[in-house]
Amino acid sequence: MSMTLFLIRRLLQLIPTLIFILIVVFILVRLLPGDPTSAILGDRALDADVERINRELGLDRSIPVQFAVFVKSVATGNLGNSIQLKLPVTQLIAQRLPVTVMLTVMAAILALIMSVPLAFVAALRREQAADTVIRGAFQIGLSMPVFYMGLLLLTVFGAKLGWFPVGGYGDGFWDNVYHLFLPAFTLALSLAAILMRNLRAAVIGVVDAEYVTFARAKGLQPRLILLRHVLRNALISTVSLFGLSIGTLLGGAVITETVFAIPGAGRLMIDSIYGRDYPVVQGMTMALAVLVSLTFFLTDVVEAWLDPRVAR
Amino acid sequence: MTAALTRRALLRLIPRPLLFGGILIGLSLVLAVFPAVFAPYDPIAFDYNALLAPPSRAHLMGTDNFGRDVLSRVIHAYTIDMQIAFFGTVFPFVIGTQVGALVGYAGGTADAVFGRVVDAVITFPFLVLVIAIVSVLGPGLVNMYIALGVVGWVFYARIIASEIKIQKRLDYADAGRAMGYTPMRIIFRHLLPNAITPAIVYLMTDMALAILLGSSLGYLGLGAQPPTAEWGVQIAEGKNFMSTAWWISVFPGIAIVLTGLGFSLIGDGMAELLRTRK
Repeated sequence: MSMTLFLIRRLLQLIPTLIFILIVVFILVRLLPGDPTSAILGDRALDADVERINRELGLDRSIPVQFAVFVKSVATGNLGNSIQLKLPVTQLIAQRLPVTVMLTVMAAILALIMSVPLAFVAALRREQAADTVIRGAFQIGLSMPVFYMGLLLLTVFGAKLGWFPVGGYGDGFWDNVYHLFLPAFTLALSLAAILMRNLRAAVIGVVDAEYVTFARAKGLQPRLILLRHVLRNALISTVSLFGLSIGTLLGGAVITETVFAIPGAGRLMIDSIYGRDYPVVQGMTMALAVLVSLTFFLTDVVEAWLDPRVAR
Repeated sequence: MTAALTRRALLRLIPRPLLFGGILIGLSLVLAVFPAVFAPYDPIAFDYNALLAPPSRAHLMGTDNFGRDVLSRVIHAYTIDMQIAFFGTVFPFVIGTQVGALVGYAGGTADAVFGRVVDAVITFPFLVLVIAIVSVLGPGLVNMYIALGVVGWVFYARIIASEIKIQKRLDYADAGRAMGYTPMRIIFRHLLPNAITPAIVYLMTDMALAILLGSSLGYLGLGAQPPTAEWGVQIAEGKNFMSTAWWISVFPGIAIVLTGLGFSLIGDGMAELLRTRK
């Protein structure tokens, strides 16, 4: 019952967040210098044309009215048209966002696969050689920019060894997975480093807890203690950190897509910036922010499921 | 004898990460302030007799496709990238600290509104928001600093606000109020100095992040503009030569890793120092 209440309350909290996202995206495009009209017409536009476009885009009306119009068009699923590609922005989002989502999900899975076992090894062999090596390696991974790591991996495993394609997305699910493996691995490394550090500290904290000593005293199998008692409790803080890192991960995806020439949302966003294609930049920023707020919601639910105290 | 002993004892008191990080960043600062002293060549001078030359005694890190000395460019880039670490974090730090102190002291409605703002800002992928702002303002370092300031203050404000909330309930804050000091004096003269340490620890990590972000924007063409020597710009310039002339991109990347490592080691070391003191 309290879980249902928690879900409802958490869903209601999404509303102000979504409104704020709309406000920020609106301000971003309208109030900062470099207006969309001159982007469409170029610098040598005639005054009459400028006026006509301004009227078409509704830029001649007051700011609150413009905002109301903006909210209404977003609510009806109309995000305008791309200036360069002459396609509806919603259609572009539907085309490109799934690619980015798949890249991010693969990266998240790879990061978990890497960080959980290594964090346990490091925590249980605290201050020993294995711990030092693992922490050192991840410390360096943390300081390595995504685009640099990607370029190195792409050169070695793509161009030199030929194990992976040097770009593109492929056709069909498994071909997509194959094409996205190297980029996802690149993206996973920095997240794995953050998760590893946190999980190691959490495991160290839990291993010394009294209930673990008690479980040991009861004579439970060590492996069972690790899985049931240590992992579950250590994962709680890691899950919330994982949720908070999704934004960073999506930001990294933007860069990774550029390095590996993957036709995702991030790549499109960067291309649109070069082409001053504001409706696309605006739409993509909004789509990515909405995606993150939904992820926050999901991780909160997972956290509440792992630790019912969170839902209260 | 005793002097040597105390010096060794002092050295042991400094956490290892702080020591190594301090050395790395100290060296980086020296290179950033006096690049011309250490760089063997002009970082933007073309040399058509030495195009894409591999590392040799004349060019320790080789040359790029214009014959520019990679080592000299890496050294001169320290000036730009250390600047990014400073200007990319100083505005968020100053603004965030002030706002956080006021919000934390006021509490109530101000704190609740601030909480909503924080929630909302973190739903934007940080890099995406910075890229979006830079795209509207136009590429370049100054616009990047503006974008970082607009977004980054939130994180400092959150840290300081929660710290001030603890400090304002302590006896010395009550004493200040009993003495009839103005809230401003209590906040900025008394509470803030006691609340600022966690923000400074975060500042170190943030400097590492600023360098990663600054070089990423440079790589994308949205940060420092060529022919300026900046590590991200250099890596972008060399990316099409990775199979034939790896040295153009690989060495600037190593500089990024070392500097980032330096800042995060200092952050770790400071955090460790605080834990042991408590």
